Amino acid sequence: MNFETPITIALSKGRIFEQTLPLLAHAGIEPLDDPETSRKLIMDTNHPHVKLVIIRATDVPTYVQWGAADLGVAGKDVLLEHGGEGLYEPLDLQIARCRLMVAGAAGASLEGNRLRIATKYVESARRFFAARGQQVEIIKLYGSMELAPLVGLSDLIVDLVESGNTLKANGLVPLEHIADISSRMVVNKASWKMKHGTVMQLLDALQEAIGKAA
Amino acid sequence: MNNVHWLLPEGIDELLPPKALLLEKKRRDLLDLFNSWGYDLIQPPFIEYLESLLTGTGGDLDLRTFKITDQVTGRTLGIRADITPQAARIDAHQLRRDAPTRLCYVGTVLNTRTDGFAGSRSPVQIGAELYGHAGEESDQEILCLMLETLEKAGVENVYIDLGHVGIFRALAEESGLNKQQELELFDALQRKAVPEITVLLASYNLTPEHHLRLSSLASLSGDDALVRAQELLSGAGESVQSALKQMERLSNLLAEQRPDVPVHFDLAELRGYHYHTGVVFAAFVPELGQEIARGGRYDDIGQLFGRARPACGFSADLKMLMRLANSENLVEQVGIFAPSDDDPVLRQRIRELRAEGRRVIVALPGQKGDASSMSCGEALEKQGVEWVVKPL
Repeated sequence: MNFETPITIALSKGRIFEQTLPLLAHAGIEPLDDPETSRKLIMDTNHPHVKLVIIRATDVPTYVQWGAADLGVAGKDVLLEHGGEGLYEPLDLQIARCRLMVAGAAGASLEGNRLRIATKYVESARRFFAARGQQVEIIKLYGSMELAPLVGLSDLIVDLVESGNTLKANGLVPLEHIADISSRMVVNKASWKMKHGTVMQLLDALQEAIGKAA
Repeated sequence: MNNVHWLLPEGIDELLPPKALLLEKKRRDLLDLFNSWGYDLIQPPFIEYLESLLTGTGGDLDLRTFKITDQVTGRTLGIRADITPQAARIDAHQLRRDAPTRLCYVGTVLNTRTDGFAGSRSPVQIGAELYGHAGEESDQEILCLMLETLEKAGVENVYIDLGHVGIFRALAEESGLNKQQELELFDALQRKAVPEITVLLASYNLTPEHHLRLSSLASLSGDDALVRAQELLSGAGESVQSALKQMERLSNLLAEQRPDVPVHFDLAELRGYHYHTGVVFAAFVPELGQEIARGGRYDDIGQLFGRARPACGFSADLKMLMRLANSENLVEQVGIFAPSDDDPVLRQRIRELRAEGRRVIVALPGQKGDASSMSCGEALEKQGVEWVVKPL
């Protein structure tokens, strides 16, 4: 593939990086370093015009919105929290799939006045309970949400559920489905317009790779 | 002393030397430019009754407007977050001309929340509006004036993004979408969230033709988008066809006048959907991920003020333009340092130099710092009875 204009793609380490690589490879892009062993934050690829920046998953929308990266891979969970404003999210990469769910102790109820909800996903949780007409207290946590109901910090949690094993190991059960989550390709608005040819070329190649994987 | 007292509120900034003067110079240059195009300057108030500030605009402007209660009438006042509605009110209510009216303005606006403009809540909005003509010629005039404004401000490598809100609006109406569905789809289209658009359209129970047209919108961008749109939307109704013709005509007019400016078409770009009625456009530059100027047609706004007039205009944030401008525009302040002396000859010489437009700084008795620390490259020295300017 022949990229006319230089582009920068923002990725986060771990699962998203691993699962995006085969898709990028289909578009002819391969990083020259391994992010797990390299300390570089900007990685060159086999293509002189394409660079990868490795950042935290929650920072991807910010980098792309302000044009620090032209494109990025962000989970729908992150986009729901960010609001998605000032970004295009044209492509579902169908990777890093999971569900955003309400969970709690077996037999716990979603009914109740002023439930305390522990979550990293404050906006999504607030919107979900508001749509049910329910006023809740949100407790923002940065990890290990499963602990909160066990130690009486919260009544319920809102968290990503993949296999459900972590919940199970802590005696919790999924109670209600909020949203299906997968990773999206996000594009900066100005890049979409000014680097349109290159962006579309990349999106088309990724779309093709997804079609093959499915 | 607590340092926090000296911090400004978030998103509120101030300009210090030399930037404040640079901004002022740009402001004068741009007002001169507008004047040479026949645009009359207006100075609407910083604050007015909320209703007139928000007339004909969407809920987003309501959220962005600071409100206070008027102690005289008990009514709610708004601090302007956008000058465009004020210009529309002035055209409809104060001027009431039949001939085309050209207005321009520059002033600080206040936003409750930081928007795309570099996180600022107090941009200096500069813009021009043309009332009383509905054709592509006035769109073209505004678009060309926007390009000249950017050029004059020192911004280079500008791209134009061109859209038309009438296309989505007509397609939504033809397809029989209700208001709720139209808003949902609008929201998804703004984010070009194709996966969501697919799900939404599937839930709407549309005929295959309507489904195809609406789903094609998200992909109708690029420099060939108009050509593809003419084919993909060929079965759509009269208003879609005329909107496409308007875009084509405008892009041809623009290409004749400004063949150097790259144009990107985007039929799903619905900037200001709630008050725009026709073409919408924005300017982008490679160094910034966001639009730097925007404009378009908003024909119906005057109606709400009692007088419907076709209208088209653009605006930008002068502080943003200054930031993006070529730094060679930065003016070096060169002054002449004059000693502290009561000699009437010196006093007279200083008056003359100042009348010539030179910058003369008079030393104060016992002051700290010399000529160079006052950014002076020259000084007045006594030669006989005369005072002459000598380089330092």
